[in-house]
Amino acid sequence: MMDFIVIPILALLAATAVTVARIRNLWAAVMFTGIYSFLSASWMLILDAPDVAFTEAAVGAGITTILMLATLSLTPRRHRKSGRLSSEDFEERPSKSPLFPLLIVTITGCALVYGTFDMPHFGDPNAPIQVYPQPSFVEKSQPDMHGLPNVVTAVLASYRGYDTLGETAVIFTAGIAVLLILRKNTDDQGSSESQSVTGENA
Amino acid sequence: MNSFPIIRVITKLLIPYILLFGLYVQFHGDFGPGGGFQAGVIFAAALILYGLVYGLPAVHKVAPPKVIEKLTALGLLVYAGTGLVCMLLGGNFLDYDVLNHGILTELPTFLDFQPGDKPNHFLPEGQHLGIFLVELGVGITVTAVMTMIFYAFAGRERVTS
Amino acid sequence: MTDFLGLYNYWIVIFLMMTGFYIVIARENLIKTIIGLNIFQTSVFLLYITMGKVTHGTAPILRESHGGEGHGSEHHGAESHSVEHGQELHAATEGHLDSGVEAVTEIYSNPIPSVLMLTAIVVGIATTALALALVVRIREEYGTIEEDEILEMDRNS
Repeated sequence: MMDFIVIPILALLAATAVTVARIRNLWAAVMFTGIYSFLSASWMLILDAPDVAFTEAAVGAGITTILMLATLSLTPRRHRKSGRLSSEDFEERPSKSPLFPLLIVTITGCALVYGTFDMPHFGDPNAPIQVYPQPSFVEKSQPDMHGLPNVVTAVLASYRGYDTLGETAVIFTAGIAVLLILRKNTDDQGSSESQSVTGENA
Repeated sequence: MNSFPIIRVITKLLIPYILLFGLYVQFHGDFGPGGGFQAGVIFAAALILYGLVYGLPAVHKVAPPKVIEKLTALGLLVYAGTGLVCMLLGGNFLDYDVLNHGILTELPTFLDFQPGDKPNHFLPEGQHLGIFLVELGVGITVTAVMTMIFYAFAGRERVTS
Repeated sequence: MTDFLGLYNYWIVIFLMMTGFYIVIARENLIKTIIGLNIFQTSVFLLYITMGKVTHGTAPILRESHGGEGHGSEHHGAESHSVEHGQELHAATEGHLDSGVEAVTEIYSNPIPSVLMLTAIVVGIATTALALALVVRIREEYGTIEEDEILEMDRNS
């Protein structure tokens, strides 16, 4: 029953990825990336990971697309003295012969497929990933967490709380870095370094 | 986008629900799918939507950049502070079991819940409280960072060279 | 031959991964490269998530019936929660059958890949934003976002 949903999703996922690779207009490529994120979120939901699907839909399809579009609007390809930008300004140049990259990709892909022959099958309950962290922690988590039912949150915030702290710090650092790279320096007249950067630019 | 009345009206209708949904995801994340990351992104999405439709000055009035910048640090501090409080109370870093306070953990009896009913934690304590605070910290940081990144990109002007 | 069909999830993931890889190595536009990295990254998320799936499993959100304090006496109740490991599941079911109570077993998919990927997604958007910010700065300094043109300018300067 589930196959009727899964197979179209996977087919669309593959088709979208190929389209992103082939299309030259960058606006369209960014929009297709958003579609790709939504489709992978759908598959994640079917694969019993609602938290991840949720995040992927909000982050991948929402915020990433917005940021890419914002970047794109700041980076048109060539400048014309007058007139509005046309869609040609957001197209890639025709690329060189794709044969050599295709060869590399095919070889790598074949090697990876060969590697999967030793992998446990899809949904196998006795696969190493299911067995080795003693799975009874799922049951134990409920008394541990005062009956909080969502094991993902319990692991994220409590069992692996230190990890999540580090990760929040990574997000914080990335935000600060973006701010340092991109912020307009109108309100800090004193900093001479940033003044000189804009001076060269103008 | 000032000349698209449909977009403006629909945005105004949508934003309260997006914010409400963000709050639900934040505070219900222990019970269903959700948590700080998702809630933060949803909150930021509401602010970004407002900024896209009504312009950067309008959204700067709602969420001033100075406040947003401080919130990024605040979220991280809430997270790390929870860990430190646990240490001060005699536990390990981020060991929420020491956060038991015993105040109002049972529902007051005048709210007629059957004694055997499931929601017997009126105020969260212990692990529940710890997870709640930590997720709150994550939510604040993610909201603030995403909004800040959007401000940085949107405030930039195209260089003509 | 049917032995190999159980591996289809890996093949899909590898296909998507290689598409992203192709975009990264074949295209010279920096934004397209970042898009390729994003596709690669999403396929890695999918790889982990597919590995955590258990057949007939459900999302790792426990049914609210027991656990918590004050419910110790209800542990022999009508339901038992069991997890993905086959043997353990079997044992749990048996234990409850022995006590003469009907046992309803729940199988949950593995929550650990979900947790890891949840953090990875959010770190991913943070690094993507950083990369895009660098692209904006490169465009401002060099006037182009094509890799080879930038390299040429660097060589000539």
